[in-house]
Amino acid sequence: MSNKTVLHAKHIEAGAKMVDFYGWEMPINYGSQIEEHHAVRTDAGMFDVSHMTIVDIKGNDAKAYLRRLVINDVAKLTVAGKALYTGMLNHDGGVIDDLIIYFFTDTDYRLVVNSATRVKDLAWMNEQANGFDITITERPEFGMIAVQGPQAKAKVATLLNAEQIQAVDGMKPFFGVQAGDLFIATTGYTGENGYEIVVPQDQAADLWQQLLDADVKPCGLGARDTLRLEAGMNLYGLDMDETVSPIAANMAWTISWEPEDRDFIGRKVLTQQKAAGDQPKLVGLILEEKGVLRSHQKVITPFGEGEITSGTFSPTLGHSIAMARVPRSVKFGDTVEVEMRKKLVKVLVIKPSFVRNGKKVF
Amino acid sequence: MSNIPSELKYATSHEWVRNEGDGTVTIGITEHAQGLLGDMVFVELPDVGDQISTGDDVAVAESVKAASDIYAPISGEVVAVNEDLEDSPELLNSDAFGDGWLFKVKLDDAGELENLLDAEGYANSIDED
Repeated sequence: MSNKTVLHAKHIEAGAKMVDFYGWEMPINYGSQIEEHHAVRTDAGMFDVSHMTIVDIKGNDAKAYLRRLVINDVAKLTVAGKALYTGMLNHDGGVIDDLIIYFFTDTDYRLVVNSATRVKDLAWMNEQANGFDITITERPEFGMIAVQGPQAKAKVATLLNAEQIQAVDGMKPFFGVQAGDLFIATTGYTGENGYEIVVPQDQAADLWQQLLDADVKPCGLGARDTLRLEAGMNLYGLDMDETVSPIAANMAWTISWEPEDRDFIGRKVLTQQKAAGDQPKLVGLILEEKGVLRSHQKVITPFGEGEITSGTFSPTLGHSIAMARVPRSVKFGDTVEVEMRKKLVKVLVIKPSFVRNGKKVF
Repeated sequence: MSNIPSELKYATSHEWVRNEGDGTVTIGITEHAQGLLGDMVFVELPDVGDQISTGDDVAVAESVKAASDIYAPISGEVVAVNEDLEDSPELLNSDAFGDGWLFKVKLDDAGELENLLDAEGYANSIDED
């Protein structure tokens, strides 16, 4: 059985090549994923992300519940609309999912989780809700469009009414605001400025068309993947999963260790891992010669083997880049080897971040 | 349905062969194949002077999606390679049967051309994919 987003007909109309993405029929590209990639880096592109799962958490215990559920601390959120990136762990310290949490009040939060993990995420959240005075409500009645690129905000602004323009005016990164019928957030998965817009389903196709008319280029999952990888952003299922600690997935920065008495799920295991210092780490790899690094290729280092978690050709840089999980003793600046199509090639190890705001950052 | 020129010969592994009538052939990959692979980012070609035999993996087309071996559809000596692909691998996407050609081969045995598929045979073979 294949799910279709509310924008499915618009994709077909635009000549999209559709593929199955964890049970959703989604556009992989509309012709050339490299052109779509460049549109986002240099102008403005849009992605249908309606398959992602929106979950509202409300009630007297919403804050206490989320302080237990995720590794970052929602108590840090005090300004309405502020968002937080974090992970949700199982009791063994493995990542069930990564997610964004928007704060409205101490009794009102919005979560956006991955579509591929929707069923297990909801089951886990409901299981953990025992004893908390909260409601967990999925919001499938919305579509979601990510508009990204240096011209994204200006192009979106041409479609907004005066109140909406005022609502988003000067909004800092990682904030969201309900503006009329739209929930508009300064978040994204590309390393560019832009918005993620939550729109009632019956208005989604119109909004998509208006964006098309404003010369925003439709972009598929192919470009979404090369953009997020250049930006050094993890993809759940490749760069981390339930068997991987956030410490081994470049997500340690999303763990709030303070205050020490906050008993979040997975804390005990993470504390032991941190003390032992033996978790591998996620690094960036650069290949400047021909060839493309791919997921699951073996990485050979003086400290033992590692594995590429995500690899691709970087359209912005013109060569291949990857994220790889390697022994912790490997340092940025080291040269290691990757087993690629039966040959060993030398690659440079860097921080897992390659391109931001259209520019190389290493 | 993608374009399959009737004047060319084909291999089931998606290479096309154009008989130049002077004992040489030009070889590329089909429009159907480039469509499956997606945007091309690197092409590795054989060297001029290489002796190749039918079925050898002699080149690699690497796209955003995957690296794919290209097989020699015919035996002979490589007499030219398309150097434009070094800087413009996207020619394989935009003009698979023209500017996106890969290499030229001086045939060992022109009779080998008879073993290849015609356009109709190739069309049937990709229907079965």
